[in-house]
Amino acid sequence: MPTSRGLEVRDATVRFDRAVAVDDVTLSLDSGHVLAVLGPSGCGKSTLLRAIAGIEELTAGTVCFDGRDLAGVPTHKRGFALMFQDGQLFPHQSVAGNVGYALRVRGRSRSEQRVRVDELLDLVGLPGYGERMPATLSGGERQRVALARALAVRPRLLLLDEPLSALDRGLRERLAADLRGILAEAGTTAILVTHDQEEAFAVADRMAVMRAGRVVQSGSLSEVWRAPVDGEVASFLGYATVLRGGPARTVLAAGGAHGDGNGDAEVALRRSALRCADDGPLRGRVLEARATPEVTRLRVDVDGVGEVDAVAGQDADVSVGHDVRLMVDLTRAAVLS
Amino acid sequence: MRTTTKNRWPATAVAATAGLVLAGCSLGTGDQDDAAGGSAEGGSSKEVVVATHDSWNMSKQVLRDFEQQTGYDLTIQPAGDAGALTNKLVLTKGSPIADAVYGIDNTFASRAVDEGVLTDFTPKTNPGSAYEPQDAEAAAQLTPVDYSDVCVNVDDVWFKEHDLAPPTSFEDLADPAYDGLFVTPAPSTSSPGLAFLAATVAEYGEDGWQDYWQRLVDNDVKVTAGWSDAYQVDFTAGGGSGDRPIVLSYASSPPFTIPEGETKPTTSALLDTCFRQVEYAAVLDGAANPEGAQAFVDFLGSRELQEALPDEMYVFPVDPEATLPDLWAKYAVPADDPATLPESEIAAHRSQWLEEWADIAQ
Amino acid sequence: MGTAALAVVPLAVLGVFFVLPVAGMVGRGFWTDGGFDPSASLEVLTRSRTHRVLWFTLWSSTVATLVTLALGLPLTFVLYRLRVPGRSAARAFVLMPFVLPTVVVGVAFRTLLTPSGPLGFLHLDGTAAAIIAAMVFFNLAVVVRTVGVLWENLDPRREQAAAALGASPWQVLRTVTLPALAPAIVASASIVFLFCATAFGLVLTLGGLRYATVETEIYLLTTQFLDLRAAAALSVLQLLVVTGLLYAAHVTRSRREHAVERADVRSTLRPARRTDLAAVSTAALALAFVATPIAALVVGSLRVGDGWGLDHYRALDGHEAGSTAALLVPVTEALSNSWRVAVDATTLAMVLGCLVAVLVSRRGRSRAERRGLAVLDGVFMLPLGVSAVTLGFGFLITLDRPPLDLRTSPLLVPIAQAMVALPLVVRTLTPVLRSIDPRQREAAESLGASPWRVLRTVDLPVVWRPLLAATGFAFAVSLGEFGATSFLARPEAPTMPVLIYELVSRPGADNYGMALAASVVLGLVTVVIMGLVERLRLGTAGAF
Repeated sequence: MPTSRGLEVRDATVRFDRAVAVDDVTLSLDSGHVLAVLGPSGCGKSTLLRAIAGIEELTAGTVCFDGRDLAGVPTHKRGFALMFQDGQLFPHQSVAGNVGYALRVRGRSRSEQRVRVDELLDLVGLPGYGERMPATLSGGERQRVALARALAVRPRLLLLDEPLSALDRGLRERLAADLRGILAEAGTTAILVTHDQEEAFAVADRMAVMRAGRVVQSGSLSEVWRAPVDGEVASFLGYATVLRGGPARTVLAAGGAHGDGNGDAEVALRRSALRCADDGPLRGRVLEARATPEVTRLRVDVDGVGEVDAVAGQDADVSVGHDVRLMVDLTRAAVLS
Repeated sequence: MRTTTKNRWPATAVAATAGLVLAGCSLGTGDQDDAAGGSAEGGSSKEVVVATHDSWNMSKQVLRDFEQQTGYDLTIQPAGDAGALTNKLVLTKGSPIADAVYGIDNTFASRAVDEGVLTDFTPKTNPGSAYEPQDAEAAAQLTPVDYSDVCVNVDDVWFKEHDLAPPTSFEDLADPAYDGLFVTPAPSTSSPGLAFLAATVAEYGEDGWQDYWQRLVDNDVKVTAGWSDAYQVDFTAGGGSGDRPIVLSYASSPPFTIPEGETKPTTSALLDTCFRQVEYAAVLDGAANPEGAQAFVDFLGSRELQEALPDEMYVFPVDPEATLPDLWAKYAVPADDPATLPESEIAAHRSQWLEEWADIAQ
Repeated sequence: MGTAALAVVPLAVLGVFFVLPVAGMVGRGFWTDGGFDPSASLEVLTRSRTHRVLWFTLWSSTVATLVTLALGLPLTFVLYRLRVPGRSAARAFVLMPFVLPTVVVGVAFRTLLTPSGPLGFLHLDGTAAAIIAAMVFFNLAVVVRTVGVLWENLDPRREQAAAALGASPWQVLRTVTLPALAPAIVASASIVFLFCATAFGLVLTLGGLRYATVETEIYLLTTQFLDLRAAAALSVLQLLVVTGLLYAAHVTRSRREHAVERADVRSTLRPARRTDLAAVSTAALALAFVATPIAALVVGSLRVGDGWGLDHYRALDGHEAGSTAALLVPVTEALSNSWRVAVDATTLAMVLGCLVAVLVSRRGRSRAERRGLAVLDGVFMLPLGVSAVTLGFGFLITLDRPPLDLRTSPLLVPIAQAMVALPLVVRTLTPVLRSIDPRQREAAESLGASPWRVLRTVDLPVVWRPLLAATGFAFAVSLGEFGATSFLARPEAPTMPVLIYELVSRPGADNYGMALAASVVLGLVTVVIMGLVERLRLGTAGAF
């Protein structure tokens, strides 16, 4: 694909001494999309991001953008922008100074800087913050400033290293939605590195899952979500339960799937894949029950399956120690090959 | 594997450092040397403190003999070069830092005498009476101990190689034949340098030396800050790779240039260009232990110490009877008729000479 | 309240061992013939020679400081940020000039620069350039050490963010790195400037008397002419200039000091890249610059007659019979004497230095308190900027009565060295202490930690390495017998610099060779000690 638009990472490997941090990773990202690289800490996702930025050198492989190999192109000439988990604002510069930094290093005029900085502060919801110093900002405000700074010169590619992880849950959800809106509005191509699947789902439209330096699965959000390659990926994506062998076959049969009969069936279930129903094919005893605004969450010991999560409608009468019947909704489960 | 080898290092380093620190037991705490105390108070009446210049060096055996003969404990207090030493004594007049002083020379003697920091003392034996100061008051206070002749030295090998006759006189140094060959330490920062200036004053007179120095400068004389510089760096026979075969040094310098396995020095002193520096000892006014100070000044005139002077401090003993080391006897010949000036004249004109000299030479 | 209590000890020491002696000397100059008569002194300030001398002092020290920074900062970067082989050896090595006695360095430089020497073609002998080169040689370690301890803790991600935003390496340096390092750079620059402005041995030796600084003037006026009036006037002038400089440094620094997010040292090291070429080559140049005079020393020490050998080193044991060279004491004894004095001086400097650093790194609650701390900060720098001669002679005339009859006490030398090392310790520790977010201390306190425990659990893990660097520094200052000590009554037991001075002051190739050999030994001992100290890692701090 010599004329592809966007990012193309091929067979990238980064090695530190003897340790392999990124192992033969191949990825592509079309212009205008947002890719989440999801993985547990230490899986090499940050190193991959830094390699794309040109901060780490590749031991092998290539990084291309818009068809051009970036080997030998230093970080500052790649036209990307990088945003860290903790913002890394320049403490000796005001908010406006930080946001306008990329414009200044490119020698843009003062008036252009001023206009663009105001525009960006509006965009991230911090109008009038220009004269403040970073030390006086809250965590969420700092991340917004860091985002504005990263967007200032409309980077070809925005690299986000766990941009929301340091924030508390409520703020994170709000900012994630804002981030998605801002990226969409600006039409920015971006890579988001995170260990938090909710952050990934909230911001990205494509996903790559990394484990031990390798990309084990990639695709659109729904592709990955619907068909995790294995149980580990499924758990990481937020599936509540992964079943194997006999229990898996039992659940599949109860859901009406035609098992092909071999021994290594595997299925990942969301909490809502098992639901209390008087005519359900599975039977079990309730171990825990906890009411939430929408459903009652259950922990059930199911005959022939074992302990699993399940839900019940709020009107259902379930309590600990009672026997219940469960039905299986396979649209809320993923059958693993 | 890697971490274990790495981690052993700090432990080793800590142990080694701790060991070294402990070995260097602190001066402030457990020191058994008798160096503490200083002069006036604190010290026992058995202690005698001698202020001297930084070039002081004397064999431990000789100093032990002094302590055994007299029963005093000797403490030596080096206090800078001859100038700094004299000035320190002047500044601490009335509350002296020592009991006796050794190392005031004839260029600084008058200052010490005029400021009244010394007291009269006539030693039991005075083998150096021939070297006494000319001024009566100074003679009553100062006891000559040693002398050295500051003379121009030449690198004979260099002159042989270049097929040039070495210079022999003051006049030769200003001769264009020796253009760019002479290096001397400055009179303002070096005591031999001052001696050489005094020698030119003695030779050419109060009003003539300026003209002579102008001719030296025209002949590209090189002036360095100190003797070490001139001799070790610029002199062709010094330690480095100098390029000037004529240097101001001492009559006693040539024996040190005898190459290993040979018997003759490669340099010689021009004995017609010498100025005699005499070093004196004296008892300080207000000394806490005047008897001890007197005993030490007496000891400086002893045969034992006089004979140790050439090897230890590179100076000639004032005692004409003292036996010189073999090499000295052969190659370190004092000048027959060195230039001298009355101490009072040097003291009276020093500042003026140095200012005039600086105008010419700097 | 607590601040005042902590300040008492260092202030008392400073008062007795600095203010009193200097005031005594200046007073002697101003009070002549029983009356206060400063006019006679101030006359010297109107002389055109004084103006020339002041001008040369200012410009030569400024140029030397700038060159030291220009060479020192790239060297610091390479030695503290890049994973290059031999970096800890190189860090120890740059400290070597610090302990070499001035007289030997002067001789070594001149041996290289003299018209017939290996670098004679540069025609630098006796020029201002030679003086400046020697100043840079001595002071490179100040920049490398002071800035290095901050730089190695600086989080690299901020620079990476800037690079990703399109800043070229140069722009990153200018807009992100240097502002973050500014406190340490300003601190080291002011120390270097003060060292340069008060150097006199080098100026005399290398300037061939054509150049005079305020310091050499004071030296000549005091030790040769005994013109205390003029010397007093120049000392006051020196104090004024130094105070002005320190104030300017304080203003620059206080605007720049921020809490810095620190990174683990190991994670800040990275392999060298092509873009580091300029820095690496400048660092190599700086190392070569330090190595050249040292190489001249080593070569000279191995030269025996027309051949080569270790004879001069063997002769240092003092047992060679029939030699014309007379040693004061065997080199081992001189080394152990130096070592003892250095342990005393270092202990004193570290105790006082830590007290002062902890004090001045506090953020005062009121305006008055902040101002008081700033003054305190500056006051402890003063001993670096005042003539060693004035201080040394001042000791003699003021500390002559019980209970302070210390003039000839063996403690005086370590105390004087500690006064010189103190600003280095304070300047190394303060920027690092200030970079600790006070909220960390507050958090620790709120969790029930006593002030001592806060120090141990919050400050110590961070300042551990700077503390080692400062200790090494203080040690090196003492081993090299800086400044004031040459005007004090020396301890009777000769130290290494005394031994070397004696040897180089005598004719004869053997004495010269042994002087060089002794210098090499002193330098090597220092490098080995510093190398060991470098090996002490943060990880071991947990044991304390």
